[in-house]
Amino acid sequence: MSHSGNKDAQSPAKNSGNEHLLKVTDLVQSFGQGKNKVTVLHGVSFHIDQGETYGLVGESGSGKSTIGKCIIGLNTPSGGSIEYNGDKSIQMIFQDPMSSLNPRRKIGDIVGMGLDIGKKCASKQERNERIGEMLEKVGLPRESAERYPGQFSGGQRQRVGIARALIMEPELIVADECIAALDASVQAQVVMMLKKLQAETRTTFLFISHDLSMVRYLSDRIGVLHLGYLLEEGSTEEIFLNPIHPYTKNLIAAIPVPNPVVQYKNEIRYEYGTSGVLYEDGSWHQVQGGKDHRVFCTDREFKKWGGNADEEE
Amino acid sequence: MENRKILEIKDLDISFHSTTETVHAIRGVDLTLRQGETIALVGESGSGKSVTMKAVMGILPEGAVINKGSVIYYGPDDLKNGSGAAPGKIGNAAPGEEQSDGDNGVDLLKADKEWVRRNMRGRRIAMVFQDPMTSLNPTMTIGGQLSLAISSHGEEKGYRIKERAVELLREVGITEPERRMKQYPHEFSGGMRQRIVIAMALSCNPEILICDEPTTALDVTIQDRILELIVSLQQKLSLSVIFITHNLGVVAKVADKVCVMYAGKVVEKGTVIDVFYDPRHPYTWGLLSAIPGTGLKGDLYSIPGTPPYLSKDPVGDAFAPRNPYALAIDFKAEPPMFRISDTHYAATWLLDERAPKVKRPAELEEHIKEMRKEVAEYVALRE
Ligand SMILES: Nc1ncnc2c1ncn2[C@@H]1O[C@H](COP(=O)(O)OP(=O)(O)OP(=O)(O)O)[C@@H](O)[C@H]1O
Ligand SMILES: Nc1ncnc2c1ncn2[C@@H]1O[C@H](COP(=O)(O)OP(=O)(O)OP(=O)(O)O)[C@@H](O)[C@H]1O
Ligand SMILES: [Mg+2]
Ligand SMILES: [Mg+2]
Repeated sequence: MSHSGNKDAQSPAKNSGNEHLLKVTDLVQSFGQGKNKVTVLHGVSFHIDQGETYGLVGESGSGKSTIGKCIIGLNTPSGGSIEYNGDKSIQMIFQDPMSSLNPRRKIGDIVGMGLDIGKKCASKQERNERIGEMLEKVGLPRESAERYPGQFSGGQRQRVGIARALIMEPELIVADECIAALDASVQAQVVMMLKKLQAETRTTFLFISHDLSMVRYLSDRIGVLHLGYLLEEGSTEEIFLNPIHPYTKNLIAAIPVPNPVVQYKNEIRYEYGTSGVLYEDGSWHQVQGGKDHRVFCTDREFKKWGGNADEEE
Repeated sequence: MENRKILEIKDLDISFHSTTETVHAIRGVDLTLRQGETIALVGESGSGKSVTMKAVMGILPEGAVINKGSVIYYGPDDLKNGSGAAPGKIGNAAPGEEQSDGDNGVDLLKADKEWVRRNMRGRRIAMVFQDPMTSLNPTMTIGGQLSLAISSHGEEKGYRIKERAVELLREVGITEPERRMKQYPHEFSGGMRQRIVIAMALSCNPEILICDEPTTALDVTIQDRILELIVSLQQKLSLSVIFITHNLGVVAKVADKVCVMYAGKVVEKGTVIDVFYDPRHPYTWGLLSAIPGTGLKGDLYSIPGTPPYLSKDPVGDAFAPRNPYALAIDFKAEPPMFRISDTHYAATWLLDERAPKVKRPAELEEHIKEMRKEVAEYVALRE
């Protein structure tokens, strides 16, 4: 690893051998052929360590779900590599709670499918017990197991999707907008449950979400994606308190304030087309004073945005 | 003087019947929408927000039975003359009733189904559904679907249809709309599909727009843009909006009034100011307390327990078992709607004059104080 000369004991977030649990390198994804070919991921690189929560945020359509699908093997990347060093499985909680549940199967069978396929339970009783327990954990009554997806509300179905992933006790969970359909109280309940699970089992999360206050609450580090480019990465603190890239700044300024009288007009409107910024010319720049805080841009932009303010006279 | 009523839901009551059980999902919902205003419908997941609005649209799923209630649409005067007879029209038929808003109310639940489908749904009332995939045809290009929606309203012709489709996509922030027109739903991201459905709903210039969680898959900058689009249409066309959302930041931004639902009922309603600064129902207290603060790390607050499963009617107040402020009577009798002011109502026995005086939770009081401070700073900044 490039960080040498540090004699401190290794941080507990790293697993042995300094090996990351997940390492994504130069990930490229294109769709279509010939003149219809579009590239939606342009060489995305990041890593996640065991027991960590990595928040992935960014514009709608920037490629977040595509990254998730590449990680679980649902998409075949057009380039780059994905290295997974876990012993146990990866599970994804899908963004679309409705279309990801088979309408003709009972909730219990949907949640228990992984258990059934993997023959993970000794008896039917054990299986049903585990399903019931899992449903309760996500705030659904045990009896839900006997019902069909069509009988549930949007937020209830979303929780079925969470239960289906968690019951497999995966080592890495790709959670794609997994709490978007929940009211604030149920959201808090689910998030606290995920946190507890993480503390107990060191489960690792790739947390994809538009809810920046939850991203801030849950994540250790955050990556900001725009138009298929990872633009900025850093600790949660750094990204929220010292954002460098104008896209990140724009995003943070647009968080709606839950106060009906206080409604700021979003002054920083960042439009890529008119910004003069060219993503394909970018390279990674380390922000001074911000540990592991880096920005993808040109040298000139980096200077202009004050990324290395310490150095300037 | 408030604007005229445009939609009124009265005592709506709906059950779902299956071979094994009956679920009493909607237990007497009242809601009045006035022209040009935005009502936010918030509340517990599973409390009945989507089902209520599906009833308004006349698209309840199989097994749903409307036990009682009405959904009255007060149209402009042309509804009487133009677009065909409206069976089920009230007005003269109900001489005893207050008819201050004219006699052109139509009970959409009793009116002829075919008439409702032709004249109301997607024309005067449009809905953006919670799951965009349910309103998109997976085997048809987005351009085809949008054009179909536009042409079915008959206002645009020929090449203008395609132009209008492109323009709508651009308005909801889809870049390269011409190329995108040729793509199928699965080739779009979650948030793009959501925006396409919004574009389709807007394509018919409705009088009433019902949005069910329309921005959950949108990042905050695009969300902002969509909300501003809706607000601008509202000013231009005097559009009336019902906005279902869990995002209280969005509520604060777009809503004039808020209705809070719990277990198939509206438990509190008022202006945004009433509900954010002076909430009265303990469920609303819990909901507002769960907003993650800026003071990060600690635990997030969530209301303990789970909502009742409505296969049998709860005895007393449905929230009582989870309510730390519940009184003895809460377990025996259902509270009526108490009036707090002309705009503010809540259904909790705490508002009965015989009830002991109860203070809101200290943390919530603190949160409200914080909001007031924010307001003071905000006002100072603008001066
Ligand atoms: N199967 C596909 N064929 C063609 N294009 C696709 C396909 N899947 C995704 N795309 C395109 O890839 C881009 C990224 O999509 P993705 O779903 O990853 O976005 P996202 O960041 O998850 O957005 P959202 O926040 O709206 O869910 C979009 O432009 C989308 O249209
Ligand atoms: N087709 C159905 N059959 C049986 N019960 C149903 C059906 N559709 C909805 N329900 C029940 O009716 C209740 C209200 O559902 P609804 O979808 O209106 O909730 P909601 O308030 O929109 O919740 P969310 O915020 O999670 O979307 C739920 O408890 C649900 O289980
Ligand atoms: Mg996505
Ligand atoms: Mg719903």
